[in-house]
Amino acid sequence: MSEFFAANLPYILSGISVGGQYALIAIGYTMVYGILRLINFAHGDVFMVAGLVMIYMTASLPMYISIPIVLVATVVLGFIIERVAYKPLRSSPRMSVMISAIGVSYLLQNCALYFTGGLPQPYPAIPFLSDSITVFGATTKMVTVITPVLTFILVVALVLLINHTKIGMAMRAVSKDFETSQLMGIKINSVISATFIIGSALAAIGSLLYFTNYASVNPMSGSLPGLRAFVAAVFGGIGSIPGAVIGAFIIGICENIIKGAGWTAFSDAFTFVLLIVILMVKPTGIFGEKATDKV
Amino acid sequence: MGKRINEMINPALRNPEEQKAKKLDLTVAAVLLAVLLVFLIVLDNVLPQNSFTLMLIPVLKKGAIYSLACVSMNLLNGFTGLFSLGQAGFMLVGAYTYAIFSIPSGQHNAVYQYFDGGAIKFSIPELLSGVLGDTAGSFLGSIICIILAGLVVAAFAALIGIPVLRLKSDYLAIASLGFAEIIRAIFQWNGLGAVTNGSNLLRKYTAFSNMKIDIGSFSLKFSTLFPFLIAGLSILVIVLLINSSYGRAFKAIRDDEIAAEAMGINLFKHKMLSFVISSFFAGVAGALLAMYQTTVQASTFNTTMTYEILLMVVIGGIGSISGSCIAAFLYIACSEWWLRFLDSGAIGSISVPFFRDGFRKVVFSVVIMVIVLFFSKGIMGDKELSLSRMIKKSKAKRAARAEAKAAEGGEAK
Repeated sequence: MSEFFAANLPYILSGISVGGQYALIAIGYTMVYGILRLINFAHGDVFMVAGLVMIYMTASLPMYISIPIVLVATVVLGFIIERVAYKPLRSSPRMSVMISAIGVSYLLQNCALYFTGGLPQPYPAIPFLSDSITVFGATTKMVTVITPVLTFILVVALVLLINHTKIGMAMRAVSKDFETSQLMGIKINSVISATFIIGSALAAIGSLLYFTNYASVNPMSGSLPGLRAFVAAVFGGIGSIPGAVIGAFIIGICENIIKGAGWTAFSDAFTFVLLIVILMVKPTGIFGEKATDKV
Repeated sequence: MGKRINEMINPALRNPEEQKAKKLDLTVAAVLLAVLLVFLIVLDNVLPQNSFTLMLIPVLKKGAIYSLACVSMNLLNGFTGLFSLGQAGFMLVGAYTYAIFSIPSGQHNAVYQYFDGGAIKFSIPELLSGVLGDTAGSFLGSIICIILAGLVVAAFAALIGIPVLRLKSDYLAIASLGFAEIIRAIFQWNGLGAVTNGSNLLRKYTAFSNMKIDIGSFSLKFSTLFPFLIAGLSILVIVLLINSSYGRAFKAIRDDEIAAEAMGINLFKHKMLSFVISSFFAGVAGALLAMYQTTVQASTFNTTMTYEILLMVVIGGIGSISGSCIAAFLYIACSEWWLRFLDSGAIGSISVPFFRDGFRKVVFSVVIMVIVLFFSKGIMGDKELSLSRMIKKSKAKRAARAEAKAAEGGEAK
């Protein structure tokens, strides 16, 4: 066992780091699904756009201005997407909203393709995050250590927000029963907007951490992390925030160990096999609430 | 109610007017198809190659292929109500199956240069050419390969369907998307390189340009007609299926699963049937796409491709076969031909600031979003293109107008 850890330490470390980044994306999926019952296919692309905004901002502005701009821009993007693409379809069948989400994803990818010219854009080194550090004899970037800590702090803050504030209570009520909470006087649109804002902000932070580990951003670089984060959300039980975080860490670590074992081609296959097994065995995930279908 | 059921069981009991309308539609369709057939043969053989036909021919070929891909997706999404996103994965398997079995054995060393000439040493068109002669061999061989591609994909789908079809709506979507990604990863894996050529291209197999009959020095080409024939036949089979009792069962499942089950429809059996048949034709479309592209690479069959096909189905109208076909041709013509100028940086000689590479796709996706948001029924809704219906509609309109006029006249008195 200890031999396994010694041999795989770098992979486990980077797995924890990637897991934390997936967790930040997965929260966006799980919250939106909890409230709207919608797989927000565009979420991964919002994450990619956050990476691109960072690149374009740092080209002309210093880091301490760029980072807030990235956060604000991503939040605004998430808000606009919800208002323009999902809100008009609130009373339509679920399939139309999902198609709209796919359309937004396609639009964002094509816009990114237009602005980048299809070339991967080099991601700037963020001073503190990109520094090297040695943990248990394995050298990695600072971001590897920071990510789990930051993820933990953000998740605790989010759980506090959901359990102890008014908007949090509204969110819980809406995810329990959409129509009844509307009848109780909850302003459904502002709750949904708040959900998208929180999800996008976390995705922006996730993108700062995620892309620091990679050399570049291209228009497609949001889709796979997005899918993996979605799998994490399903794995943990969709609608559950702690579930999404734990699912994300498990997926991140497994994926990196598989890569370390030389099976890189199968790391994504593993993720999706996990998804299908979970859906078969326990469709509500590890922390999900049991849903009863009423006829 | 009883009468309606009788009509459903026995079409001959339908009222004569409806039958007449149907006859008219069939005649018109037959005439149009004959005209199309002649046009395609003329296009392939007689018309000179100029900038117009050089754009038209690829658009027609690709449009026919995507029509089939859309219709097969529509069978699943629009007629059975199974929101599956595995189309690109199935097309990939079809394209690979076709390519693997039709690369001439002489080319194996060149194609599988990193894998010692590959594991499969024969080629179906070549084997048949040995028996039937070159022309018949390459025609029959590629048709057999296409059918084989469909069968392999159908077998795949039957396996995948056992777990996936037990899931509902969005879980089904994400699981089928997952399977498509797994398929892509496996086909790119070097461990299977002796068959799939790993992440390298497959090439040099029988393509559309090989579809010709040599008569002396003249050769009769079928390179555009061929995809139309295969796609057309496949779509015809799907239409017949949808109008059969199976098709009615599919629609019942789409409209209300629980009610359908209560009426004695075996849900799993019918879902599986729809899934397997849809996948079979997705595989055929994949094989045709391989023929069109002349090279196959797994990395191009990604989720974006599935999304594009889904968006075509939505534009055409979910649940309309003719809508899917129209949308596929429109989509391909716009993206490959009519909107090209958006990428070129200028209209004629006037340069426009925002026009450069990729702008076409941005405009395109905005248009798609507008359709999704404001015209969610698409071009056809869930109706089919039909001349008799159009005549009926215009007659009704005229009658309404006449009535309004008469009423006006009455008031004036």
